Amino acid sequence: MRKTYEIEVDCANCAAKMEEAAKNTAGVADAVVNFMTLKMQVEFEEGAQEKAVMKEVLANCKKVEDDCEIFFS
Amino acid sequence: MNKKQRKMLYRILAATALMILFVLLPVEGYLRFACFMIPYVIIGYDILRKAWKGIKNRQPFDENFLMAFATVGAILLGEYVEGCAVMLFYQVGELFQSYAVGKSRKNISALMDIRPDYANVERDGALIQVDPDQVAIGTIIVVQPGERVPLDGVVEDGFSTLNTSALTGESVPREVKAGDEVISGCINLNGVLRVRTTTDYAQSTVSKILELVENASSRKSKSEQFITKFARYYTPAVVYSALALAIVPSLVQLIVTGSAQWGTWIFRGLTFLVISCPCALVISIPLSFFAGIGGAGKAGVLIKGSNYMETLSKVKTVVFDKTGTMTQGVFQVTGIHHNTIEEEALLEYAALAESASSHPISKSLQKAYGKEIDRSRVSDIEEISGHGVVATVDGRQIAAGNRKLMEKLSVTCEDCGAVGTIVHVAMDGEYCGHIVISDVLKENAKETITALHRAGIKHTVMLTGDAKRVADSVAETLGIDEVHSELLPGDKVELVEQLLEKKSDKEMVAFVGDGINDAPVLTRADIGIAMGAMGSDAAIEAADVVLMDDDPSKIALAMAISRKCIRIVYENIYFAIGVKILCLILGAVGIANMWVAIFADVGVMVIAVMNAIRTLRVPKL
Repeated sequence: MRKTYEIEVDCANCAAKMEEAAKNTAGVADAVVNFMTLKMQVEFEEGAQEKAVMKEVLANCKKVEDDCEIFFS
Repeated sequence: MNKKQRKMLYRILAATALMILFVLLPVEGYLRFACFMIPYVIIGYDILRKAWKGIKNRQPFDENFLMAFATVGAILLGEYVEGCAVMLFYQVGELFQSYAVGKSRKNISALMDIRPDYANVERDGALIQVDPDQVAIGTIIVVQPGERVPLDGVVEDGFSTLNTSALTGESVPREVKAGDEVISGCINLNGVLRVRTTTDYAQSTVSKILELVENASSRKSKSEQFITKFARYYTPAVVYSALALAIVPSLVQLIVTGSAQWGTWIFRGLTFLVISCPCALVISIPLSFFAGIGGAGKAGVLIKGSNYMETLSKVKTVVFDKTGTMTQGVFQVTGIHHNTIEEEALLEYAALAESASSHPISKSLQKAYGKEIDRSRVSDIEEISGHGVVATVDGRQIAAGNRKLMEKLSVTCEDCGAVGTIVHVAMDGEYCGHIVISDVLKENAKETITALHRAGIKHTVMLTGDAKRVADSVAETLGIDEVHSELLPGDKVELVEQLLEKKSDKEMVAFVGDGINDAPVLTRADIGIAMGAMGSDAAIEAADVVLMDDDPSKIALAMAISRKCIRIVYENIYFAIGVKILCLILGAVGIANMWVAIFADVGVMVIAVMNAIRTLRVPKL
């Protein structure tokens, strides 16, 4: 499953760090952060719970870049 | 400016005012320190907080850490003004960067703003607006003047002109009438159109294009990957060098002479830290690509990713498909020769004689004749397959067909030097001339080849399934270097592979086709360019670069855009790294002070961002 989320982040370097953090989250097969369109595309692993994984992704991103936001409902 | 940016602006103004005040005030010692702490905290509290969190989360070497460390260090050494100023200028730079990025983000999204908001559907005699997402295939939608066509479809009723510039960059409006296809994203200019939809929203041209553009910058180019890698090693390297610079020389001095200038060397180490921030590179390179892709999109050239932008700029060999790429792919009467009767009369008789046939040749004869065909004038039509037609028109026997037909009727006919399909015409057994029907070259085809050669393309190749004589003639007219004719689709792949093998690694081979049956070649070439892709899914899928309309001059334009973009990317890389290294050296030997360091950080970034934004403008051919 692949989904795209809107994000908020201030600098390109931080976006790159978010991408790295998201990629290393359990349940995420791959993640791409597009700083220019402010979007994060997440490819989930088979059977992953989207919401739970995204919560974890956000927590990991906050660890590397405090000032970021991912909008998932 | 958004809320966050405005808040930052106020902080900058407040801190600047306070700093100027305290510089002028004759305060000394701890009071002076206390005074300067006010603007320092106002301007830098978030940086300090982020730096602290970074350390706590074991993510130290980021720019916040660098700034916090350098400024705290400066203040501890009693350089209050410098400490505050570094923080202040860093924030000014950040604000500028965020403003510039936001601005170009807005510009580019405005460029690509082709998303339709609603579709008008007739229900119980009244028009209601619904989400394009909710419209099923085959629904009749009404597009009023000034509205955007929300979904692809076929015009059922109505006549209008469409502005396709958002999709193709083409400024001349296109006329549409009942039976014509319309593509979502175009703007209806004058008449009301009733359109039967042929796709749902997810499959429509507009959604495909938007998806493509939004994902474009996700495919990273080599230069972007280089910068990410560079930043990963560069920052820690500079931090350790700064540490070494702060400690080693003093230690050496201490051992050799017995006394050390700790302050001087620590300050130089701090200067080092300020210079080191890789922001200029990290921001300006993706921005260049993003703006380049946006600008290209505006001109009707969709580039699917930064990596393709890079490849496109390195193309040295361009391989073209003939039909539909260099020629229009429709047959037209291009000449009437050796006629013994009026040209119009000859055309009229030929068109009438062929009126019953649905062959493309007869279609083009009828089109060239241009008037309504009066079938009652024609009788006794006899089609002789592989030869042509014999019919009675206005009581005269007309024969129209190839040389074999003429020989069969024992009419001596003239040979033709022109390239194309020749229709010989005889009236009552007398030869009265022939009509040349051929595929016509596209308007800008020749200029395109010339422009490509001028722009440094070394080799142009044309591949076609058409006859050798036709292909050679087209290639000669256009000035194409190499031509291969009478090919099967599989042969094209093979020939492209041969070209790929011959070239060096740095030179790329592009293939340009109309995308309808070229998908395998498009994927095989280093870079596949599909033309006239509006509405053709296969082409959008297979190609790396999609030209929205079928104007060949866009090929040259796409390459010009990519070269400009890559040139700017390299300018920024060399400029930023060059200035930083220079300042690092000057800082290490003590020539560059903190102010130079600030320029090396913020100034370079501002210049690089401004340079990057230039890619938004499409170069003129």
